[in-house]
Amino acid sequence: MPEYNVIGTRLKKVDGLERVTGQARYGADIHLPGMLIAKVLRGPHPHARIIRIDTSAAEQLPGVRAVVTARDFPPLGELEPANLGEMTIDMGAMAKLIMAHDKALFQGHAIAAVAAVDPFVADDALSLIQVEYDVLAPVEHVLDAMQPDAPLLHEDLRTRLPDGKLSERASNVAAHFVLGYGDVERGFAEAEAIAESSYTTRMVHQGYIEPQSCTAHFDANGRLTVWTTTQGSFTVKGQLASLLRLPHSRVRVVPMEIGGGFGGKIYILTEGIAALLAKKSGQPVKLTLTREEVLKATGPGAPCAIWVKAGARKDGTLTAIQARMSYDAGCFPGSPVGNAGLTAVAPYKQPHLRIDGFDVVTNKPRVQAYRAPGATQAAFAVETVMDMLAEKLGMDPLSFRIQNTPQEGDPMANGRPFNRIGLQAVYDRVKHHPAWTTPLSGKNRGRGIATGYWRGGTFTSSCHVAVNADGTLEAVVGSVDLTGTRTSLTQVVAEEFGLAPEDVQVTVGDTDSVGYTDVTGGSRITYTMSAALHHACQDALHQLKQRAAEHLEANIDDIEYAQQRFFVRGSPDKSASLQQLAKASVMGSGPILGKGTATRMGLAHEFAVHIADVEIDPDTGKVKILRYTTFQDVGCAVNPTQVEGQMQGGTVQGIGWALTEEYAYENGLLRNPTLLDYRMPTALDLPMIATEIIEVPAPDGPYGIRGVGEVPIVPPPAAIANSIYRAIGIRMRELPMSPERVRLAIEQHGNSDAR
Amino acid sequence: MKRPLRLTVNGQVHEVMVDTRQTLLDVLRDVLYLTGTKEGCGNGNCGACTVLMNGRNVLSCLVLGCEAEQQDITTVEGLARDGTLHPLQEAFIEHGALQCGICTPGFLMSAKALLDRHPHPTEYEIRLNIAGNLCRCTGYDKIVRAIQAAAESS
Repeated sequence: MPEYNVIGTRLKKVDGLERVTGQARYGADIHLPGMLIAKVLRGPHPHARIIRIDTSAAEQLPGVRAVVTARDFPPLGELEPANLGEMTIDMGAMAKLIMAHDKALFQGHAIAAVAAVDPFVADDALSLIQVEYDVLAPVEHVLDAMQPDAPLLHEDLRTRLPDGKLSERASNVAAHFVLGYGDVERGFAEAEAIAESSYTTRMVHQGYIEPQSCTAHFDANGRLTVWTTTQGSFTVKGQLASLLRLPHSRVRVVPMEIGGGFGGKIYILTEGIAALLAKKSGQPVKLTLTREEVLKATGPGAPCAIWVKAGARKDGTLTAIQARMSYDAGCFPGSPVGNAGLTAVAPYKQPHLRIDGFDVVTNKPRVQAYRAPGATQAAFAVETVMDMLAEKLGMDPLSFRIQNTPQEGDPMANGRPFNRIGLQAVYDRVKHHPAWTTPLSGKNRGRGIATGYWRGGTFTSSCHVAVNADGTLEAVVGSVDLTGTRTSLTQVVAEEFGLAPEDVQVTVGDTDSVGYTDVTGGSRITYTMSAALHHACQDALHQLKQRAAEHLEANIDDIEYAQQRFFVRGSPDKSASLQQLAKASVMGSGPILGKGTATRMGLAHEFAVHIADVEIDPDTGKVKILRYTTFQDVGCAVNPTQVEGQMQGGTVQGIGWALTEEYAYENGLLRNPTLLDYRMPTALDLPMIATEIIEVPAPDGPYGIRGVGEVPIVPPPAAIANSIYRAIGIRMRELPMSPERVRLAIEQHGNSDAR
Repeated sequence: MKRPLRLTVNGQVHEVMVDTRQTLLDVLRDVLYLTGTKEGCGNGNCGACTVLMNGRNVLSCLVLGCEAEQQDITTVEGLARDGTLHPLQEAFIEHGALQCGICTPGFLMSAKALLDRHPHPTEYEIRLNIAGNLCRCTGYDKIVRAIQAAAESS
C-alpha cells in the first residue's frame, strides 16, 4: 500500500454535524409556498382489469386542486429502456408501474392520485374516487407462475428463449437464458462426490428508514424542478423527460439528502405522480409515501426458487456446477436473475458450468435493486451446496473453498477472465484468524462460513474542481451521497492537492450544475468518482502549472508541485504558491476549473468471507448470533471507519434476510405491511460485527480502490445456514430461517441430531 | 378542525394553530418547521420520531399534537447548547455511528433519555434501550460504541 497523507485516515464525516443537529434536509424536509400535499389511491386487488374510474366527486371537494389517473400520462409511444444502473426497465412498463393503465397488477398498484391543500382533504378526496374492477385470479408464487395454465399478467409477453427467439405462446416467463461453458454432463461423470439441493427465498424489502418523498413544481416557463430523495438525480431527470415527453433541458432534479436507498430509490414511482399533479394544479406538489405504501408499492428484493448441483473429485477439485434459477420479478419483467447467474459461482474455479436462469412475472410489486441484486439468494443456495459437498469429501469448508479459488485470468461465468482479484488473500487472513481457529463449544452451537462475490458497476461519473481565490478548493460531483462519499472524496481531493481536508469542500450538484453521472449504486462511487476527481485535479493542477510557468518564466515541463508551492525543478527558490496563483485567477488571469469524468472503467471485483457462530434454542427455533466476523478485500480503504460501516451495515441486512424478514403473502394480499411484522434486526438481536479489511489493489483507477458497499449482504444467509447445520444437524433450505421454520425442521428431523 | 396549541419546544414557547388530527410529529415538522425529527413509519415501529416530552422519550407519531398542550418538548435541534454539541452528538460523529443519518435524531434522543437515567449502562442495557430505534445502514455496532463512549466521557 502506498503511503498517503489523507487517504486511509479515519477522517470524521464531513457532513456529520448537520445530521446530528437535525439540520440536514431529506426529501420530506421541504416546505414551499403554496405547496399541495398529494395522496395516492391504491388498488386492493392483486390482479384486476380496470373498467372505469370516476374522479368527479373528488375533483369537486373543496381544497382539492388536481386529480390524475393514467389518462393524464402522455401517450406511451415507443418503448425504450431506462438507464437505471444495475437493473433496467423499459419506460412503457415504468409508466404502467407508476400508475395502472388498463390493469391493476398487484395489491397497492396506484390507480389515481390527488393533490390538495392538506393531507386530510387529500385523504377524503381518495375516498370519493370510484373504481370499477373486473377481478382476475392472481398468481403469486414464482413456480406457479411458470406453469402453462397459470393466469397471465401480460397477454403480449412471450418468453425470450436462449437462442434469442420469442416463444410461440404468451407466458409469465419473460426470459430463459443460459450461462456457462464446457459440458456439465462430462463434468459430473468425472466427479467422485456430488451434492445437490433446492432452495426458496421470500420477497424482502431494502428497509430504508426514510420513505420516498419528492416535491415537484413547474415554473412559469413550464420548466420542471423536482426535489427528491433519490440515488440518481440524472437518472430521475432522464426518466421524467421520457415519461412526460419533455426536452431534458426543461427538467431539473435537485437531490435532497437521502435516508437510505440500497437500490430501492432509483425509479420515479413518486416523482412521476408528483410531476403530473404539479402540472395539472399549477402549484408545487409534495408526495411522501407512508410506510405501508413503501412496503406494498415500491420495489422490493426478488424472491426465487433455485436448484444447484456441484461435483468434485476426491481431492476436492470441482469438476462441474449446474444451477437452475427462477427469479420472481413482480409484475413486470426484469428480475436480477442475470446478475445472480454471473455472481453465484464466482468464488469457484470450475471447468464445466451451466446456469439456466428464468425471469418470471407475478402479481406483486415490481422488484428493484437491493444491494448486490440477485446475489444473496444465489449465494444461499450455492454456498450451502458447497458446504454439503465439502462434508461428503471429508474436507473442512474453508480448505475446500481455498482448493477451488479462482485466480486472475480464470473465467467468470460469462467466459471472460477475472482481472486481479483478492479472494486468495482474504482466505489467507481467515485461515489464521481466531474467529476461525478458536474452537466453539457448547450445546446447539455451530460455526458456519460462506463466501460472497459482487462484480459492481462502473458506469459514468462526472465532476469539476474549482480553485477559490484563496487557494481552497471546491469540488462538485454528480453523485448523490448515500452514506459518506462526500467524506471519502474530500480525502481524495485533499490528497491530490496536498491540502488539509478542511480546505476542501465537496458538494453534490444538482442536474443543472455538473456533468452527467449515473446512479449512486453498484458500489461504484468512491471507485469511479475518485478517478474522475483525479482527472479534474490533474486538469486544475495543469492549468496552475501553466500560470506558474508564465509567472516564473520557465517551461511548463520544468514546473513541479509540492506542499502547495509550484517551483522550477532544480531551483526551489523560484516558486509561486498555490494561494498566489489562486488570487491572480480572480484578478484577470482567469479562473482555474478542472473537469473530470470516469466512464467504462474496469471491474473492481468484491469478495468477502463471513464466519457466523450461532446458538439454537431447540424449543423456540430461535437462532442467536454469538459472534460474527466479516473479511473483505476492499482494494484500498480510503476511510476505514466508513468501510467498516459498509461491511457491518450490509451484513446486518443480510442477517435480517436470513432470519426474520419476509413478505407474508396470502393469495396476493400482503399480511405484514408494517415494520412491526416485517421484522428487521434491532440492536438487541445482534452482537458487535467484527470486520477485517484486506487490501489487494484493483487494477484500474489511481488508488486501487474497490467497491465495498454491496458484497457484505451476500454471505450472511449462507453463513448462518451453514452454522445452523453444524449446531443442530439440519440443512435449512428456505429463507428466512425464522424460529417457526427452524422449530418445524427440528420436529421433522427429530431431536436426536441436536447436540 | 383547528384549535390553538401552546407548547414549549427546546426551551422556546410556541402558540400555534393545529388540526386536532395532527400528531406531535406533524406539529413539529409542518407547523413549527423543525424537520430534524423524522417520520419513518407513522405507527410507532421505527423510533425515528423519538423526542423527549418532559424528559421522557416518546414516539411523537403516537402523541397527538393536542396532548402536548403546556408540555415541554426536546427535539434533536435542542441537544446542542450555545453551539456546544452534546457528548452524544460528538461521540456519534467521532465513532462513525451514522451513515445516511435519517435515524440519528431518534437514536440521539433515545440515548439521551437512557444516559439521563442510567449514566453508565452496560452494552446489554444500551442495546435494550435503543431496540426501538431501527437503523438500516450501520448494523448498530458503531452506534452502541458511540453511546458507550459518550457515557464514559460524562
